[in-house]
Amino acid sequence: MKKMLGKRAVSSFVSLMVLIVLVFFLSRLTGDPAALYLPVDASEAMRENFREIHGLNDPVLVQFGRYLSDLVQLDFGDSLRKARPAIDVVLESFVWTLQLALITMALVTVAAIIVGSIAAFNVGRPFDRFASVLSLIGASAPDFWIAIVGIVLFSVNFGWLPTSGTGTVWHWILPICVLFIRPFGLILQIVRGSMINALGSPYVKTARAKGVKNRPVIFVHTLRNAMLPVITVIGDQAAALLNGAVVVETIFGFPGVGKLMIDSILQRDFNVILAAIMVTAIAIFIMNILIDIAYALLDPRIRA
Amino acid sequence: MSGTTTDTTVATPGTAPKGASGLRRLFRMLWADKLAFVAILFLLVVLLSAVVGPMFLEDMAAKTNLRARNAPPFELTRGFFYILGGDALGRPLLARIIVASQNTMVIAAGAVLGSLVVGSTLGLIAGYAGRWTGEVIMRLADVIMSFPSLLLAVIVLYMLEPSIGNLVLVLAITRIPIYLRTTRAEVLEVRERMFVQAAKVMGASNRRIVFKHILPVILPTLLTIATLDFAFVMLAESALSFLGIGIQAPEITWGLMVSQGRQYLTNAWWLAFWPGLAIILTTMSLNLLSSWMRVALNPTQRWRLEIGGKKNG
Amino acid sequence: MADHLLEVRDLSVRFHTVNGMVNAVNGISWHLDRGETLAILGESGSGKSVSASAIMNLIDMPPGEITSGEILFDGQDLLKASEEDRRRLNGKRISMIFQDPLGHLNPVYPVGWQIAETAMAHGRSKTEAYERALQLMERVGIPDAKASMGKYPHEFSGGQRQRLMIAMALVLKPDILIADEPTTALDVTVQAEVLSLLEELQEETGMGLLLITHDLGVVAEAADRAVVMEGGRIVESGTPRDLYHNAQHPYTRKLLAAAPGKGEMREGAQTSAPILEVRDLKKSYGVFDALKGANFDLHAGETLAVVGESGSGKSTIARLMLRLEEASGGTVAWKGEDILTKSPKEMGKLRRQLQMVFQDPTQSLNPHMSVYDIISEAWVIHPDILPKAKWRARVEELLEQVGLQPEHALRYPHQFSGGQRQRIAIARALALEPDLIICDEAVSALDVSIQAQVIALLGELRDRLGIAFIFIAHDLPVVRDFADRVLVMKRGEIVEQGPVRQIFEAPKQGYTQRLLAAGLDSDPDVQAERRHARLALADA
Repeated sequence: MKKMLGKRAVSSFVSLMVLIVLVFFLSRLTGDPAALYLPVDASEAMRENFREIHGLNDPVLVQFGRYLSDLVQLDFGDSLRKARPAIDVVLESFVWTLQLALITMALVTVAAIIVGSIAAFNVGRPFDRFASVLSLIGASAPDFWIAIVGIVLFSVNFGWLPTSGTGTVWHWILPICVLFIRPFGLILQIVRGSMINALGSPYVKTARAKGVKNRPVIFVHTLRNAMLPVITVIGDQAAALLNGAVVVETIFGFPGVGKLMIDSILQRDFNVILAAIMVTAIAIFIMNILIDIAYALLDPRIRA
Repeated sequence: MSGTTTDTTVATPGTAPKGASGLRRLFRMLWADKLAFVAILFLLVVLLSAVVGPMFLEDMAAKTNLRARNAPPFELTRGFFYILGGDALGRPLLARIIVASQNTMVIAAGAVLGSLVVGSTLGLIAGYAGRWTGEVIMRLADVIMSFPSLLLAVIVLYMLEPSIGNLVLVLAITRIPIYLRTTRAEVLEVRERMFVQAAKVMGASNRRIVFKHILPVILPTLLTIATLDFAFVMLAESALSFLGIGIQAPEITWGLMVSQGRQYLTNAWWLAFWPGLAIILTTMSLNLLSSWMRVALNPTQRWRLEIGGKKNG
Repeated sequence: MADHLLEVRDLSVRFHTVNGMVNAVNGISWHLDRGETLAILGESGSGKSVSASAIMNLIDMPPGEITSGEILFDGQDLLKASEEDRRRLNGKRISMIFQDPLGHLNPVYPVGWQIAETAMAHGRSKTEAYERALQLMERVGIPDAKASMGKYPHEFSGGQRQRLMIAMALVLKPDILIADEPTTALDVTVQAEVLSLLEELQEETGMGLLLITHDLGVVAEAADRAVVMEGGRIVESGTPRDLYHNAQHPYTRKLLAAAPGKGEMREGAQTSAPILEVRDLKKSYGVFDALKGANFDLHAGETLAVVGESGSGKSTIARLMLRLEEASGGTVAWKGEDILTKSPKEMGKLRRQLQMVFQDPTQSLNPHMSVYDIISEAWVIHPDILPKAKWRARVEELLEQVGLQPEHALRYPHQFSGGQRQRIAIARALALEPDLIICDEAVSALDVSIQAQVIALLGELRDRLGIAFIFIAHDLPVVRDFADRVLVMKRGEIVEQGPVRQIFEAPKQGYTQRLLAAGLDSDPDVQAERRHARLALADA
């Protein structure tokens, strides 16, 4: 277990470094920030001055070296757009994304496990078919389309829910519902399959031969084994959400990290892009470790 | 289930009839799953409109008609192609959806094909070559996986012009890890199977083992995933176009049409609704096809479709 | 009415399957009394486990369906009892253990809890249940029972897991224990121990024991009475001794005749120089030494049997010789040249001389290839053996040689039975015209009657074609009639080797003696003697 964690930390770190290098150089190829931040009629001297202040005149390699040496001291540089430390800007929006992701995944997990298990007990019956349709729609629906149809229906037509922002609880309902759909469809399918497998396993036969009642057979013997493959998928889906739900955040004007990344790229705010990538990567790393721990708690075979 | 407790199933040596030709057999298995049958029909219609649609409707889809601006759907007075209504410039929506299907399909097919070929080749190498090569390839996949795919798309499309080719490239790159990982995992399992060992004992070359013994076993899985992924790539393309960094007007895709219709949501919902519905129906069909393939291409599951209506319970 | 503790009357069960309705059992009747052991003997597909599943209410309906009969326990028909009543009987009055204890124990719970659960499911308090569990674990011989309570199934050996299953089944002192192939997956020495344990426990508790098995030896060793099943029907019943000496039904006779270890032993006389010389062959995985230096020779046309229990390293020898794995040390000289140092290209050429037949023919034949493709692949790889024009004729010839029909060439592996598949695998090996065929447990996955046929085929090919065999097996009787020389392995070492007669009639090493004594003979009288010998060895 410890060895595995160490290995995972090393490989995650390596991926992250490669990612930073790639993004650092790629993003600089998108063009000159001076063109965006200064008025169109700014003189060449003003542009030169701007580049000088922000260190954009040095060779790219020198810029990168400087960035790394700052980074070691946990200095992520300043945001061009907001003229504040990039890390502050990122953390602010990350908190929003984190909340959105956690709430959504919590709801998805509970709902998918309940619906998936019930479907598994009723294979081939109406409830099972109903669940299949749900998961099919979940896996097929384009989130931006659902989002705008949702807005038309609930905000424009009925006027029940606000269209954008984060002010009240009501603001959260539509984004969560839209984000809910896809992971729900996916995890529901996995829960169902895994549960069917576990119900047909030899140890369930043993439990019945021992005279164990139906309820403990399901909740004690089956569910825990069936959860093992499910956990991995939950982790993958949560990681996708932590990366920022760009489309949903854009449509609902939700100030999350996905929207921040897109805006920063369009605005050539390089420091913010890099900081955002690092923050989300670390968050995903931590979440993966939590998933590993949960896995080890459930399955004694991989402890040790 | 454990192998030796097969007491209840009687072995039937050499009784399975091999009569009907492969195609007819396939059709019968398709007929057994009505949903998949409908899905295939729908996909064929989409394919047809993607191939021949633009040839006939290109002009009609581009011609503006100010009198038909935001024309409501289900009115045949302006002609059949206005049945779904007209867009903000009075162009017939149905014609535009048919024409847009070509770009949508080409992008998705290109990206899926590209990532399938590259990903599974790398996966075969990673699974069958030495440990170091495999390790390097896997780490590469990790890097791509950890790169938020939309971010990659945005950066690349921002650098290069957002043409169809570039869009295909970006989407293909982001999907490579899926095939790579699946292929490698399957290869690692299949290469330990006894018939692969038997081929090795006969002196078969690595190339022969990979292409003759391993690839045919994992191909059905890859095709099933590719079908599912086709839907995913379509959604990703639509999302990019929707965000304005995918295909640019005057080219059209379904995703772009949704995006263009968005500003008229309150007074002309149909502008965004119909192309969105086209996306949903297509991805849904692909999902259905994929789950049918999962059964039909698996020799141990195929009987479920072959006994057709006689399902028990 | 209730003359017997448990009585099955005229039971018929059928299943909906791919091939339509299959009658798994057809009007079978048997009974079991207190303190008695009844064996149900049958090969795969005979329906021998079905009545047990019906008793335990473990048949899934659908696809299963009980079409007739009654199961009387204490005079009450179980098939008419409510689900809840039947649950109350399971584990308390009737218990069951299964073939594959690893699969049948829940992997994520400690074994102590799983054993106690039987008691708790029937209303015992937690303390009482755990006390009973501890007692039982001690009784079935789990070392350090107290600490073992908290361990998980994967931390035990196969034999220990079966002991745990037994403990789990006996917590509430049931009246009946049903054991479905309880020793099939175990090594012979462990099998003998588990069978004696069952017998002792039966004496202590007076329970009735229903033993479901495919093994005549198990019947001879443990049963008071036996019923023989074939194709869902009981064809014969009686005491083991009766069945052995006075079998009436042709099927029973066939089974008895097929039991290995009864024929003439071969008097191998090698005169020529050895074609294969293995010296100090080693393999380690990290700190674990799978093979600790093997030395042996093989002569042209000779059959060398390698026997040993699981983990003895017998299959490792085969895999190293064929370079399916790389050895950690030593040499394998084939006709004077070391195989282990050959380049991949040279090795590729050499491979046609050394062939292998694997344990499970279902897995060793590529399911996507027709029989013709499977056999002719040999000539695709080694084109110099045969010009393409002659392939078809040669495939047909080979098929006939292994006892199949020429028209089988166009079929696919799944259309054949297990024994037929193994014949195809043998034809594939023959296609390369090898000098040596290594059979790695090549018959152990087959039913006894099929096993005998395949061994007969191998013997015939050996005599006709002069091929040398290395025959790897865990089962001593199988090699007795077939081998010239025997090599006995234990924990990565060769403990004894010699001519087959010497090994079977005058084994020198204690391990070989124990292995022979632990083997089960189908003759109840011989088996009784063996048991005495075994007990004597154990006391010594």
